Amino acid sequence: MKPASFKYILARTLDDALAAKTEHGDEARFLAGGQSLVPTMNFRLAQPAILIDINPIAALSGVRDGASIRIGALTRYRMLEADPLIAARQPILREALPHIAHPQIRNRGTLGGNLAHADPASEMPAIMLALGARMRLQSAANDRWVDANDFFVSAMETALRPDEMLTEIDIPDSPPGTGTCFMEVARRQGDFAQAGVAAIVTLGADGKCGGVRLAFCGVAERPFHADAAAQSLIGGDGSDDSFRQAAELAMAALNPPGSTHASAGYQRHLAGVLARRALTTAHARATTEVRRDH
Amino acid sequence: MTTERHAISVTVNGVRHDKTVEARMLLSDFIRHELLLSGTHVGCEHGVCGACTIWFDGFPARSCLMFAVQADGHDIATVEGLADNDKLSPLQQAMHEAHGLQCGYCTPGILMTMSHFLASNPAPDEQAVREALSGNLCRCTGYQHIVDAVLLAAERMRG
Amino acid sequence: METRYFGASVKRNEDQRLLTGQALFIDDIELPGMLHAAVLRSAVAHGRIVTVDVSAALKREGVVAAYTAQDLGDFWQPGPLLVPPPPIEGSVFNLRTHACLAKDKVRYAGEPLAIVIAADRYIAEDALADIVVDIEILPALVDLEAALAKGAALVHEDLGSNIAAHIHQGKGDYARAASRADHIIKRRFLYEHGISSPIETRGIVVQWDARGGQLTMWDTTQAPVFVRNGLAAVFGLSERQVRVIAPFVGGGFGPKIMMFYPEELLLPWAAMQLNRPIKWIEDRLEHFVATTHERGQVHDSKIALTKDGKILGVKDVFLHDSGAYDPYGLTVPINSQCTLLGPYVIPDYDSTFTCVFTNLPIVTPYRGAGRQHGVFVIERLLDIAAHELGIDPAEIRRRNLIPPDAFPYDNEIIYQDFAPLSYDSGDYEPVLDKALSAIGYAGFKDEQAAARAKGKHLGIAVAAYVEGTGIGPYEGARVQVQANGRVSVATGIGTQGQGHYTVFAQIVADQVGCDVRDVDVVTGDTDRFHWGAGTFASRGAVVAGNAVNEASKVVRQKILTLAAEHFECAEGDLELGQGQVSIVGVRGQAIRLSELAQKANPMRGAVKPGAEPGLESTQYFGPPSGATASGVHAMIVEVDPETFTLAIRKYVIVHDCGTVINPLILAGQIIGGAAQGIGNAFYEKLMYDDAGQLLNASLADYLLPTSLDVPRFVLDHTVTPSPLNPLGIKGAGEAGAIPAGPLFAQAIEDALGFKAKGIELLEIPLSPARLWELTQQAG
Repeated sequence: MKPASFKYILARTLDDALAAKTEHGDEARFLAGGQSLVPTMNFRLAQPAILIDINPIAALSGVRDGASIRIGALTRYRMLEADPLIAARQPILREALPHIAHPQIRNRGTLGGNLAHADPASEMPAIMLALGARMRLQSAANDRWVDANDFFVSAMETALRPDEMLTEIDIPDSPPGTGTCFMEVARRQGDFAQAGVAAIVTLGADGKCGGVRLAFCGVAERPFHADAAAQSLIGGDGSDDSFRQAAELAMAALNPPGSTHASAGYQRHLAGVLARRALTTAHARATTEVRRDH
Repeated sequence: MTTERHAISVTVNGVRHDKTVEARMLLSDFIRHELLLSGTHVGCEHGVCGACTIWFDGFPARSCLMFAVQADGHDIATVEGLADNDKLSPLQQAMHEAHGLQCGYCTPGILMTMSHFLASNPAPDEQAVREALSGNLCRCTGYQHIVDAVLLAAERMRG
Repeated sequence: METRYFGASVKRNEDQRLLTGQALFIDDIELPGMLHAAVLRSAVAHGRIVTVDVSAALKREGVVAAYTAQDLGDFWQPGPLLVPPPPIEGSVFNLRTHACLAKDKVRYAGEPLAIVIAADRYIAEDALADIVVDIEILPALVDLEAALAKGAALVHEDLGSNIAAHIHQGKGDYARAASRADHIIKRRFLYEHGISSPIETRGIVVQWDARGGQLTMWDTTQAPVFVRNGLAAVFGLSERQVRVIAPFVGGGFGPKIMMFYPEELLLPWAAMQLNRPIKWIEDRLEHFVATTHERGQVHDSKIALTKDGKILGVKDVFLHDSGAYDPYGLTVPINSQCTLLGPYVIPDYDSTFTCVFTNLPIVTPYRGAGRQHGVFVIERLLDIAAHELGIDPAEIRRRNLIPPDAFPYDNEIIYQDFAPLSYDSGDYEPVLDKALSAIGYAGFKDEQAAARAKGKHLGIAVAAYVEGTGIGPYEGARVQVQANGRVSVATGIGTQGQGHYTVFAQIVADQVGCDVRDVDVVTGDTDRFHWGAGTFASRGAVVAGNAVNEASKVVRQKILTLAAEHFECAEGDLELGQGQVSIVGVRGQAIRLSELAQKANPMRGAVKPGAEPGLESTQYFGPPSGATASGVHAMIVEVDPETFTLAIRKYVIVHDCGTVINPLILAGQIIGGAAQGIGNAFYEKLMYDDAGQLLNASLADYLLPTSLDVPRFVLDHTVTPSPLNPLGIKGAGEAGAIPAGPLFAQAIEDALGFKAKGIELLEIPLSPARLWELTQQAG
């Protein structure tokens, strides 16, 4: 299991990296953490002609505070796990991170690399979808922002053009009175999820559900947001029945692909169970938030 | 096709090595077959088993998921650097006493992972040890004696 | 003899090297001028080979050679039968072994088609992609029953069917049992094992010294002497011209006994052609198809009982998946057939099996070696009987245990070692009692109800097994006191982590009176010890351990004789200890072993006719038959009734493997085995599609248990020494892995109230997804 030959380009600045990508297009791939790319190269499932190593570009790394949280694409999971801003403002990210492989992988793996890889079983794309994050896509000629919902196209397919790099992720703050929850079922800790769900519940001043997001990983060709299920809860008081009905709606909207370890039916079933549980927990956390604010 | 080679300078266990490598050479192969530090083992070459775990700039990483060329200018630590001459590190000594190894093939990766864990978690409980260990597969021990060894080492390091 | 070390938890002699990265494993070997091999394997499971064209590969820069079956000329031939079938009357055994490269036909996906030798492994793998292969695809045989159906494609056309073997064994008369029975239960069971997946895959380094006529092969084998003998025969060399070395080996678990693997012949052959050393290291992807498996059996089983749960008889008819070839004979299905009998009195037993050729990799023993399959059948039958007869599951087992005064207990059938299946010794009820007590069996119903009130679903299980261990034919050992006072031990078995460097040293150190750290053990180098069989069937400590003991005893006597001459005293006045011989009660009168060793090899003077130099002895030990170990496992699980994920809350192992040499190492063996049992029962499954393609050939998809999936085990033991060897040892290597299957099935049924819902778990491995499917089917 040795990778095929490739040409290695070391990019020390973003401009260098984007120039190289403009020149080589689809022939070239960016090497960030490499924790998804290198295994596929070792299996020779991927044989890129050129790798552009962006690891030296310090400007691409880090968590920046503002009206929203901005995360450089090269920020490693390890840094996100340790970041107080993430823990305080986006606890759902913090809750999901330990599900991503193991510490050795999280020491190298980057958020941007993961999102650009767009594995539908991966946790982060679903969370970005739930959080309404935006992706900054830059090329030598262009600089644009794309919503998570438009970024993830299909399995291993994103809105990135051949000359573009995902450079930054913008995560808007949740309104007060928000509770979140991430849950997944994997065969072993650290494995890709057979089904995973990110639930976000925001309570209005009246204590009713004012906003609900419900995104799944592992159960579709791309991270999936259950619109009807989330909508069904708006204005409700977060009863067990309402969450059960929302879970039913989510299951009805899903058409899971099945995998070697889980039939489509089991995946759909898991999605329903997890949706109900995650919504319940998110709602309870939101309620605690509201009490704390008062 | 002539293969492009890259000059790299890598510090391993405090010793600087200047070599030229093909871009595709895995860091694990470089450490083992170019530097002849064969204590770092290769078990799967797809980042699951953890046998090839080294420290890259102070953090445990899978050396099978990196290219040697990426190590240029960086600092690496391997199992060969753990003992102080013949004096085993506290975790090595505890692994010996608690029978934390059988065939010993996964052991270098486990030592690198758990030494780092102990450095930042001086008083772990069993569950924390098991979580930290879960990225290293061992087929012989059933893990129990490894867990015992880590807890023993932690206790001794706390003094 | 002192017993300072025997029975003590001595820390391992081998650890220092392993902990500091200094132990030599196969891929650590670097030789000048060494080339690297990669093997092209068939992507097709069953097909006729039209073309394998290596000409483009040969043109690639860095490629030295590439060979197909055609290039091998007369060297191409089907390999040997490693283990002949036992002499069972009326048995059918159709031998079809593999050659090192497929010619004409491929019979499983992964079968080697060509080998490339190149400057490095990277280039060798590049060249594999240059090879043009054209295979005309034939229907793949994956399902055992389909393979036996009329009109099925044939794995070996000349055979006329896919039957690899057909064996019947029994005792008493099952029809009689059935006619007397109050209750008969009939079920179909599916049991699949998996792939051993040691963290070190296989590997070979070979060097041919044309001038010296000497072939040296480093090999990750568990049985170096077999490989050495086989290579000598194949290459027309004398056994002294071939040296096989198994260095530190990173786990074996059975499949590393198999020989010949194709690479074990291709590499030396190519090294002789090229006169260059060659290395081949199996990669993880290859390991899934290129190393042997242990897979499935389908059992149609009946048990006849009295209404109070006494077993009258068992009838079992099963199919066994041999894979595409059967070089390992019948070891696995014979083990299933024999081990089904368990620790129970089963007066009438009727067992028939049919081995089936399929288009899947070759099946050979993997830790447990078919015993799991048999234990699953009998333990599940007893669980079902307990439920249907209204008897407690532990109680029905107790009622059927072989009583302690019944040993040796003759089961009247033939075991894998060709000897009658006779249990040498055992005392089963105390083992069961200890396990029940440790798991808290008596109080569990209350615990379960209390947990249930909190929404938690707990289930309990208990399962028993016996294991025939420590089989012959023999092992040998040479023990020698060196002139520097250290003691060297050499034996022919290989070692893969079992602690042989320590347990053999313990035996020697007690006999010759030295520090255990002053004993250097060498295993697995055929130039250091010429004779032996290998490490398998839980036999290393039993057979080689006793050989080491015999040789040590002779060396001890030589030491005493020589020291008595030296001191001009009686041997009875001498004592051995601390690396010296001293006169009892006389201070200062002592001689070091080093000095005695030098005296035993004088440089001048006359030596008596017939005297042997040195303090050295070579002795052999062969048991008349295998020693029978036994055990009971008990487990409490918590199952999520919605997701069907599972957590083991408590796992108790009580075992009896006779006299214990080193409790710490023994615990490691038992726990490690149990972890593999858990993998087998709930995580590991080789998933094939209808075309014979393995769908989960990676460690991301083939689920080895991690530290979070394996619990902390509670261990206890009883000791019933084996009468078949002087040390009283029984084997322990495989025991832990054997009973996990029925344990999981029973515990999950209990946790989820499956019995009441009419759901029975009759298959292994299980998984959350499968449990959900079964509940869906039940409605």
